[in-house]
Amino acid sequence: MSATTIGTAAIRTPFGEFWRRFRTKRMALFSLGLIVVLVLAAALAPWIAPYDQATPDYDALLEGPTWAHLAGTDTYGRDIFSRMIWGGQVSLTVGFLSVVLGCVVGVSLGIISGFFGGWLDGLMMRIMDVMLAFPGILPAIAVVAILGPGIVNVIYAIALSAVPVFARLVRGTTLALKQTLYVQASRSIGVSRTKLMFVHILPGTMPAVIVYASLRMGTSILTAAALSFIGLGAQPPSPEWGAMLSDGRSYLGVADHVTIFPGMAILITVLAFNLLGDGLRDALDQKLRT
Amino acid sequence: MNQTPSRPALLDVRGLSVTFDTERGPATVVRELDLTVAPGETVAVVGESGSGKSVTALAITRLIDYAGGRITGGQILFTDRTGRQRDLAIEPPETMRQLRGPDIAMVFQEPMTSLNPVLTVGAQIAEAITQHQGLNEKSAREEARRLLERVRIPEATRQLDRYPFQLSGGMRQRVMIAMALSCRPRLLIADEPTTALDVTVQAQVLRLMRSLQQELGMGLIFITHDMGVVAEMADRVVVMQHGRVVETGEVVELFTKPRHPYTKMLLDAVPVLGALADHPLPAPFIIGDEPHVEQDTVRHEATPVLELEGLTTRFDVRRGFRLVGRIHAAEQVSLTVAPGETLALVGESGCGKTTTGRSIIRLEQPLGGTIRVNGEDVSKLNPAREKRMRRAIQFIFQDPFASLDPRMTVGFSIAEPIHTHKLAHGPAVRERVQTLLGQVGLLPEHIDRYPHEMSGGQRQRVCIARALASEPSLIIADEAVAALDVSIRAQVVNLLMDLQTRLGLSYLFISHDMAVVERVSHRVAVMYLGQIVEIGPRQAVFGDPQHAYTRRLLAAVPVPDPARRSRHEGLDDSEVPSPLRRPNDMPVVAPLVRVGEGHFVARHSVGGMY
Repeated sequence: MSATTIGTAAIRTPFGEFWRRFRTKRMALFSLGLIVVLVLAAALAPWIAPYDQATPDYDALLEGPTWAHLAGTDTYGRDIFSRMIWGGQVSLTVGFLSVVLGCVVGVSLGIISGFFGGWLDGLMMRIMDVMLAFPGILPAIAVVAILGPGIVNVIYAIALSAVPVFARLVRGTTLALKQTLYVQASRSIGVSRTKLMFVHILPGTMPAVIVYASLRMGTSILTAAALSFIGLGAQPPSPEWGAMLSDGRSYLGVADHVTIFPGMAILITVLAFNLLGDGLRDALDQKLRT
Repeated sequence: MNQTPSRPALLDVRGLSVTFDTERGPATVVRELDLTVAPGETVAVVGESGSGKSVTALAITRLIDYAGGRITGGQILFTDRTGRQRDLAIEPPETMRQLRGPDIAMVFQEPMTSLNPVLTVGAQIAEAITQHQGLNEKSAREEARRLLERVRIPEATRQLDRYPFQLSGGMRQRVMIAMALSCRPRLLIADEPTTALDVTVQAQVLRLMRSLQQELGMGLIFITHDMGVVAEMADRVVVMQHGRVVETGEVVELFTKPRHPYTKMLLDAVPVLGALADHPLPAPFIIGDEPHVEQDTVRHEATPVLELEGLTTRFDVRRGFRLVGRIHAAEQVSLTVAPGETLALVGESGCGKTTTGRSIIRLEQPLGGTIRVNGEDVSKLNPAREKRMRRAIQFIFQDPFASLDPRMTVGFSIAEPIHTHKLAHGPAVRERVQTLLGQVGLLPEHIDRYPHEMSGGQRQRVCIARALASEPSLIIADEAVAALDVSIRAQVVNLLMDLQTRLGLSYLFISHDMAVVERVSHRVAVMYLGQIVEIGPRQAVFGDPQHAYTRRLLAAVPVPDPARRSRHEGLDDSEVPSPLRRPNDMPVVAPLVRVGEGHFVARHSVGGMY
C-alpha cells in the first residue's frame, strides 16, 4: 500500500499524463515525426515537387534514378519522385477519411450497443460478426463493384470494413465502463443517459479508439493501394501509390524502380502508422491511476 | 529497545533505510529503522498509509528487490534455523529464496490475490511442502490436510480439492496462514492479514494466529493500522510515521502512557466501542480540546425522509438458461429515517446492507416493497418522480477514487448534480462549487484538480461535496469512511455530523464498523442474511442487544485496550450461512417483536440464529 503512494505525480491533465509516458517511446516518436514529414510533403506538393506529376517527358522514358529524377521516370517519362509526393495526397486522404468515417460510425454503434444492451445489442453485434467473417478486402471489393470504381467509393468501402472492428472494440470498453463506480455514481445523481454515454463513457473508450485508429490508418492505406492496384480504386493518371504500382507491373525486371519506389512509400507509411499505434498503446492503455 | 541479552534476538534490524527510484529522483520511504523481534514475541508495526510499514516488511523478506525498491542502509540481522546469524540486507537472492518459507514466511492482506486462482488449495499447500521439505506427493497432501486442520478449517479433506474462489474470505486467509506455517517458520510477517475480513471473522483469525504462534514459538511481526488489533495481539509496538519509528514500547505502556504526540493522536482518533454507552445521543469525535457536543437534530414529528416497507431484492443465479438459485440479498426490509436522523445499517459483508442502499436509489431493481421519499411513493417511477428522488437522495460510495470520473476535474464532478437538476446557471455554478468545497473543508483552488492529485481523505470530501450539491434531504453513506486512515476517518465522520447539524440532513449510514456507528447514529438496524434482525435506538441496541447475532457482532469488535484481551473465547469458528437459496426455498420472514421503546427484534430463526 505504501509503495503505491510514492509515485503520486503532480501531472495536471490526462493529456499531460499521456505525454509523459509517450515521450519515452523512441520508435513511436520517430514514427510520428515521419508521419508529420509525409503529411507536410503531401500538403506542400505543389511547391516542393520538383516536376509536375502529370507532364510527360518523351525523351526520358523509364529512366532509372538520376540526380535529375531521384526515383527515375515511368513509361510516360513522368518523374516518379514527384508523383510519389503528389500521390501522398491521395493515399493519406483516403486513409484518413476512411478511418474517420469508419471510426465515427463504429464508435457510435458500439457505444449504443454496449450501453443499452438487450436485443438491440444482440442484433447489432450479430450483424457486425457477419461483416467480420469476410476476409479483409472482400467486402471492399464488393462495395466498389456495386458503387463503381473510383477513389470516393474506395473511401466508403474501406470505412465500411472498419466499422465492425471499431464497434466491437468500443462495445467491449463500454460494457466495462458502464459497471464502473463513477458511472453508477453519476447515474444515481440523475444524469441523463445521453450525458452518461458522451461525457463519462465516450472519453473512456478514446484511448483504445485512438490506438486502433492509428493502426487502422496503415491497413486502410494498404487496402486503398490494393484496390487501386487491381483497378478498382484511383484511376490513371492519378498518382495514387497503388495505381503507380499497377503502372509499373508490366515493367518488372526491366524497370524495377517504377514499382520499387511507390512500394517503398507504402511500406514506410504503413510501418510508421503501425509503430505509432504500438507506442500509443503503451502510453494510453494503462489505467489513469496514481 | 529493551532486549534481554540472555535471549538473542531472532531478528535485529539496525538503521534500515529503503529507497525507491521514481521519475523525480530517489524517494526514501523508510529511514534508519530499528526493530527487534525475539523468538515467540509479537511485534506490531502500526502507522497510517504511506508510513512505510509494508515496505519494511518487504525489505526484511527482500521481496523489495521485486517491488522496485533498494535497501540503502543498515543491517537486517536474522538468526536462521542453524543458529547462524545472517545479514539479510546483503545476502544473495539464492540464499533469500531458501530462507523464505522455512525461516521467514509472509501473509498478505488480500487472500484472494495471494492464492493462485487456477490451482486447488491442496495443490498450493502441497507445493510449498514439496519445495522445501522434499516430501513425495502423497505425504505432502496428507501434511496439507493436517495443516488445514491446524488452522481450524472444517472438513479439511474436502477443502483440499476446492479452488480459492469457492472459499470465503476468512477461509482463504486461513489457507494462506496454513501455507505460511507449512515449514514451521521462525519468523512470520503478517501484513494487514485481517483488514479485508469481517469483524467476527477477524476475531477468529486473530485468535487462531495467537494460539498457533504459542504452539510454534515463532516470532511474529504484525503490520496493521488498527489500534484495536494491536491491543489484541502485540507484546511490543512500533509506531511509524513518514518512514520513521516515532515510538516503540511494551503494549500496555504504550497504550496507557503514549509519549509521542503522533501516538497520542492515533490513540485518540481510534473509535472505542462503548465510549458513548452513557449517552443516548450521538456525538462527534473529540479531536484535541473540543468539547463533547450531543447531536440532537432529529425532528421526530415531521414526515420521514425515507420509509421502506417490505423492500425485497433478490438476484437470480442462472446456469445457462436454468435458474439454479436466488441470492436473497434483501428480504422484507422495513425502516424509516426521520429528518435530521442518522440510521445506521450494520452487518457483515453479504448481509444485504449495501443492496438495500442501492435498491433505494435504483442502482438495483427491487422485486417488491414500497419506498417513500419525503412522503412520496417512488416505488413506481415516472421520469419526474425519479428526478425528484434522485435529487432528494444522494449516495456516497466506499471508494471515493473509483466513484469520481478520473478524466474529469473535481469541479466538474461536483457541478454535475447542479447542472443535472438545473440548480444554477453560468458563473453561479462555479461559485456554488467553491462554496461546497469550503463546506467540506477544502480550498476553492481544488476545483481544477483531478482526483488522482488528491489524498484519500480529500477525495472523500469531494464526494461529500458532490452529494451536498443537490441539496438532498437524505445521504446514503455506504461504508463511506471505511477506506480512510483513522485520523482522517474521525475528521470525515465529524464533518458529516457537523453538516447534519447545519443543514438538517438525514443519513442512512451503512457500515460494519460498530465503533464508528456508535458515534454517528441515533438509531441502529442490524442486518443478517438479508433481513433486519434488530432495530432500535442506538443506546438500546448496543447496551442491551436482544438478538444473538447483534451480540456476536459486538463481541467481535477489537477493543483498543490491551488489558481487556481475550474476550473472544465464546466465539466459535462457524461460518455465516449463505444467502443463496434454491429457487423455491423461501426464507422465513416474520414481523419483528417489540422489546422496548422503539426497539424491535426478530424472534424467528434467521439462519439458525434468534
